[in-house]
Amino acid sequence: MTEQSTTVVVPELTDVNRHFWQGGEKGQLVFMRCQDCGYYLHPPIPICPRDQSKNLAPEAVSGRAALASYTVNHHGWLPGFELPYVVALVEIVEQPELRLTTNVVNCPLEEIRIGMALQVVFRHIEDPHGDVWLPLFEPQGGQK
Amino acid sequence: MSIREDRPEKQCAVSGIGQSDIGRRLGRDPLELTLDACYAAVADAGLKPSDINGLSTYPGNMSQPKGFTGAAAYDVIDAMRLEVDWYDSGVETPGQLGSVIKAILAIGGGLADHVLCFRSVWEGSAQGTGGRASLGPGGGPGGGGGGTIYAGGFQQWMLPFGSAGAPIWVALYAQAHMDRYGTTSEQLAQIALNGRRNAGLNPKAIYRDPLTLEDYFNSRIITTPLRLFDCDVPCDGATAFVISRRELARDLAKPPVYIEAMGTAIHDRPSWDQLKDLTRTVGTDAAAQMWGRTSLTPADVDMAQIYDGFSYLTMLWLEALQLCGKGESGPFVEGGTRIGRDGALPLNTAGGQLSAGRLHGYGFLHEACVQLRGEGGERQVPKQPKVAAVAAGGGNTCGCLLVTTEA
Repeated sequence: MTEQSTTVVVPELTDVNRHFWQGGEKGQLVFMRCQDCGYYLHPPIPICPRDQSKNLAPEAVSGRAALASYTVNHHGWLPGFELPYVVALVEIVEQPELRLTTNVVNCPLEEIRIGMALQVVFRHIEDPHGDVWLPLFEPQGGQK
Repeated sequence: MSIREDRPEKQCAVSGIGQSDIGRRLGRDPLELTLDACYAAVADAGLKPSDINGLSTYPGNMSQPKGFTGAAAYDVIDAMRLEVDWYDSGVETPGQLGSVIKAILAIGGGLADHVLCFRSVWEGSAQGTGGRASLGPGGGPGGGGGGTIYAGGFQQWMLPFGSAGAPIWVALYAQAHMDRYGTTSEQLAQIALNGRRNAGLNPKAIYRDPLTLEDYFNSRIITTPLRLFDCDVPCDGATAFVISRRELARDLAKPPVYIEAMGTAIHDRPSWDQLKDLTRTVGTDAAAQMWGRTSLTPADVDMAQIYDGFSYLTMLWLEALQLCGKGESGPFVEGGTRIGRDGALPLNTAGGQLSAGRLHGYGFLHEACVQLRGEGGERQVPKQPKVAAVAAGGGNTCGCLLVTTEA
């Protein structure tokens, strides 16, 4: 998906978050990971809280997740969102409690279930400060 | 764990309470409302402003979101010409009552004797007719332009997905609770219906007309499962307390409301989406700590005044405070009888923030004091309460107090 921005909300890119927001260029969901103990750090921080290691590097995960919760939002809080839309919390399969706030897409509302298997799909937003790829999630196996 | 009789709570009491006019959009100077509440609290205690030697407020000086702060600590210290030995404000604290808890610590630590605490909001006027602000107090989008809004800080993980604030974040928790425990919308509605029944007896409440279950289900969905009546109503108004050293409080104008225990803990990530368990709140940690500081137990609670920024937060707090079992808040409030004014556990007897206005945490302690003193008038709980559980906040910012009529 590539979109020319009309009114969009995009993350402000920094050296700390770029790996996450631009991983989608290669179709990858990328988290900072401790190279010593294997713990994924989200949001990214400079020292691993498990072993105090600073030996951290961005690493791609599978992009698979389980739906932890969702809400169908009907209120126009922000410009540029077509109503209703689904805000979701997904748990990344690689690490319990590693969650993302995201959107469930390509799925009829009545088929959304907590626990359902999802896979990442990226929404590309062009931006003069650097393109970003928002990680959204669709049912595993593709569009329903 | 042994219970310390010399804990700071045991050295303190609420000696005075005050509240300004409250309205949907009063269009008045928020500092005037703040001072109305502060002077009222000082007078209620039978004190003079010159007796006040401490000041505490939540959240202090903040420019955003609009109307979130009616006055900062310095505004009130200066306007009342207070000479304080201790003062504090801040938003990173255990809920809105964190400011009261800090006052208790200051008295316990010997820094002050009479601490004025206040919370002031003017969100009703500030948001005008353009609808509710969408962003929480934790930070908003950076400068936009060209149709693009740039989100930094923690909002970068939320706003690009339209996860625009607490209604959505709380809805995600509520949906998880419904899924795991079978909690229903009919049960959730009871928090709103109970609040409205009580608001009908509160002349200061914003919404006082009767609300039926049918009205509830006919109200528009904001974000599933939350409907309009599950969300509190922004207002203008201020609430203030004087927290006094206990031995001084005994000789003042009103019977003291004693502070028995407080809870401040957070044993989870201070995050909205990285919590270990989506069906629990950090209020669980604060409440467990509170119960560990007193010989009273949840069975001793006569009345609960619990944060209802969203109806579901009250349900979560009922579980956190151990007033019902984990996951059992739905059946606990079912039908509304138990939580009614003449029920086993009267709840939010002034109408809560859902119907009486989003006084943001302080309204609950105010109403607990009104009821414990027996000053509730038409809405006084028929079986005079002696012990009240008071809780404020939700998500990653929670604090609670146990207050009593007996020392």
